[in-house]
Amino acid sequence: MDVILFLIFALIAVVCAINVVVQTHPISSAISLIGVMGSLAILYLLLGAEFIAAAQVIVYAGAIMVLFVFVIMLLNAGVEVKRGRSFMVQLLGVPLLIAFLGLVAWIVERLYPEGTTVHFGGFTGGSAQAIGRALFTTYLLPFEITSILVLIAILGAVVLGRKEMD
Amino acid sequence: MSQVPISWFLTLSAVLFALGIAGFLFRRNVITVFMSIELMLNAVNLTFVTFSYKLQQVNGHLFTFFVMVVAAAEAAVGLAIILTVFKNRQTLNIDDLNSMKD
Repeated sequence: MDVILFLIFALIAVVCAINVVVQTHPISSAISLIGVMGSLAILYLLLGAEFIAAAQVIVYAGAIMVLFVFVIMLLNAGVEVKRGRSFMVQLLGVPLLIAFLGLVAWIVERLYPEGTTVHFGGFTGGSAQAIGRALFTTYLLPFEITSILVLIAILGAVVLGRKEMD
Repeated sequence: MSQVPISWFLTLSAVLFALGIAGFLFRRNVITVFMSIELMLNAVNLTFVTFSYKLQQVNGHLFTFFVMVVAAAEAAVGLAIILTVFKNRQTLNIDDLNSMKD
């Protein structure tokens, strides 16, 4: 059952990710990226990360992608113009990527040949309570620094986005 | 055989990361390049949560949480920069945005 669930949503994630790269229109890429994020949320649930799954849907699929779609609509971005790429990219790009992927898969298979298996309910420490406790004890300083970072990001976005006033 | 090997999760993460690299390198639209970066961040998040399961610790979830916050901040500032650049240049093609190159 868990294997079937994993295979279905991993397949959806990979197909949507390929679609992100292949589509020429930015809106199609954005919709496909939402598909990737949704199926990753299901996989997080399988790994026992309920809070992260909820945050994935709310923050990534909800907030960030809405921001992307807003900007695409605002700029009226159309189909991207095809250009001739450099010879090196055409010749080496895809083989290098496949080599990278093969290397990573080989390392993973070597490190975890018969390692831990994942089944639903195998890890119950991912609740909002456990995360909140860790966030406000062990990770209190990074949490506060992150809040300052978000404040700076808000100010930066406002300054960059405002109309020029002389 | 109702249990998923942990290497499958890591391999899926590597596949998504490689696709993100492909989008980052091959695409010419600056917004799509930005979305490829988000795809790579998602792949790394999956690795964090997988290792958190393997080690039976919650720390990986915390790192994923911080990555999400940084990604949100990055998206806000990055898209504001894209808006400003488009206002000045009227283009989204990264081949035309090369004034820092020469």
